[in-house]
Amino acid sequence: MSVTQVSGDRIPPAVESAEAVQLRRKPQTYWSMALSSLRHDKLTLTAMAYILLMVIVTASAGPISRTLVGVGPNDTNPENAFQQSYLGPYIQWRLGTDPMTAPLMLGRSGGVPHWLGTDQLGRDQFVRLLYGGRVSLSVAIVAATISLLLGVTVGTIAGYFGGVVDDVIMWFINTVVSIPTIYLLIIVAAIYSPSPLVLTLFLGFLGWFGTARFMRGNVFRVKALDYTLAARALGARNRRIMWSHIVPNSIPVIVVVTAIDVGVLILTESVLSFLGLGIQPPTATWGNMLNRARNFLFLVDPVTGKPQAIHLLIWPGLLITLTVLAFYLIGDGLRDALDPTLKNKK
Amino acid sequence: MTRYIFRRLLQAIPTLVGISIISFFLAYSAPGDPISMYNFDPKATPEALEMLRRQIGLDQPVPIQYVRWMTGVSLRRGDHAAEFQTDDTRCRYLASLDLTTCDSGKGVIRGDLGMSLQTKQPVWDRLVERMPATLELGVTSLLLALVIGVPLGVLSAVYRGSIFDNIVRFLSVVGQAVPNFWMGIMLIFVFGVILGWLPTGGRQTVSLTQEFDLADRIRHIILPATVLALGGIAIFSRVMRTETLEVINTDYIRTARAKGLGYSAVYFVHAFRNSLIPLMTLLGPAILGVLSGAVVTETVFAWPGMGRLTIAAVFQRDYPLVLGSVMVFSFLTIMGNLLSDILYGVVDPRVRLE
Repeated sequence: MSVTQVSGDRIPPAVESAEAVQLRRKPQTYWSMALSSLRHDKLTLTAMAYILLMVIVTASAGPISRTLVGVGPNDTNPENAFQQSYLGPYIQWRLGTDPMTAPLMLGRSGGVPHWLGTDQLGRDQFVRLLYGGRVSLSVAIVAATISLLLGVTVGTIAGYFGGVVDDVIMWFINTVVSIPTIYLLIIVAAIYSPSPLVLTLFLGFLGWFGTARFMRGNVFRVKALDYTLAARALGARNRRIMWSHIVPNSIPVIVVVTAIDVGVLILTESVLSFLGLGIQPPTATWGNMLNRARNFLFLVDPVTGKPQAIHLLIWPGLLITLTVLAFYLIGDGLRDALDPTLKNKK
Repeated sequence: MTRYIFRRLLQAIPTLVGISIISFFLAYSAPGDPISMYNFDPKATPEALEMLRRQIGLDQPVPIQYVRWMTGVSLRRGDHAAEFQTDDTRCRYLASLDLTTCDSGKGVIRGDLGMSLQTKQPVWDRLVERMPATLELGVTSLLLALVIGVPLGVLSAVYRGSIFDNIVRFLSVVGQAVPNFWMGIMLIFVFGVILGWLPTGGRQTVSLTQEFDLADRIRHIILPATVLALGGIAIFSRVMRTETLEVINTDYIRTARAKGLGYSAVYFVHAFRNSLIPLMTLLGPAILGVLSGAVVTETVFAWPGMGRLTIAAVFQRDYPLVLGSVMVFSFLTIMGNLLSDILYGVVDPRVRLE
């Protein structure tokens, strides 16, 4: 007696009517709708995949650089400065088109494959990009979280209470916003010559004004809606209305603003590091790698006459651009996905 | 209108005071102090430094220093009050060591931003000397952004969904993501180093006579202005596209088409004028963007403007100069916003400025 027979005997094959199937369909919540519209948005998905990849790769910078390269981010080798990218010659070597260049490069670097070449001290660029990405990404993400928390809190308070509270907060925000932020950061960065932690804190504490403004606007909108009135009529206190009605209804705005914020923060951090005011070498970040590389713009190989340091300029800049672009695209995609009113406009 | 402008100017005063408080306290509450730049000066004996510290008022609490910087009135109390007058012998002694000047300043509210610690010149003079270069670069790049960004946006709305439209939209997102300084370096590399078409930096070719040569100036400004304009081009084209799309679907455009006007007349006369309105509100942020971008662009292209001066001052710990330049940049930002609001009222008669 087999199992299938038993089950076949006891349970008759279910035949359901079409209506029943329709009734049993899962109810579509706001989030499942957003998710399903996001699923068709290939550009946003690609951007998300890219960011996920960057996070994973930079988080495991240690193991990756040990297995693929075999040197640390600050291991110097002055005799092998400005080596060109090993990747191209390696492929040509494997394909058999150029059996000379790659082994010669390996010989010069002492057997270390410098996939993306080396900088002025013979440090491996690929490894430094990984470690630098870790710093750049985590500074931006943590700072964005800080500014998110501050911005949402202040914005909610300003928007909810209105009146004098709102006036004072908005005056403060408008004042600070009139100073081009970069100058504030330059003052701060120059004076405190920041470690990654301090820089993150400053970026976070000087970056929440935009979020607060958005939040305030949204709170004004939600506050006027009927369910807020209903909650008040039921006797809910201010804090309850704020945290269980207004903030959850502002989540779409918050998510979008924060995604774009991370992109902006990566740019800001790179600008500061580029000016030499951000995170100081030898700790690598994409920005300060570019700062060093800029000095070698005119450096030319005496034998071949080719520029020697261009690989040091291209890669960090490209990574900054792609990462910032990805965060912007995610922000745009989420705005479309999370705002049901936009759906028919496209 | 005049009353509106007057009121806005009055409103700018508390904002500027707020800015001065924030930046002053940020700068002066920090560990270390401005005269640490004299640490390696052989003339600066420990005694002289101590005297200098008291002369400048660094031994006082930050709020008192702020009042003095702002108003020129020293709130120093006690025995030392008379001791540190400008005609004091100690002050003369310090000045003879080339460590300070004996002019204590009239205060920011009377238009005196203090003395640069580095060159002992008035901060205001040093900024004014650099201002033309910054304004030249800023205005050029704003115009460039308008001249390129606006038509791109209109055309991409007109040819909505075409390849051209997609390229413009994609580039406008990318344009906001590319770091300005990287773009600058790459342009220098391509046009300056590889092709050798354009100079790699500076405002004009260095020569003995330094006489004005328009062609030379233009060659020098092309790259920095392009880089600085990129962000503006991206934003302008994006907004113009959205606005034009909105205007195209209105009744009066349909009327214009119905009475037989050609496409170009409809789009570039009827539609264009009305989609310009929201552009005016963007002018304020665009000016802010140009002023912020100036620091980086001027550094990359060795452009002798205020931004580069500020960065240099930061590295020399020349606090009065840094603060003065932040005040000037903030003032320009506020004026930019005011200009943008006024233009908004001029372009759109429905907006009443009161």
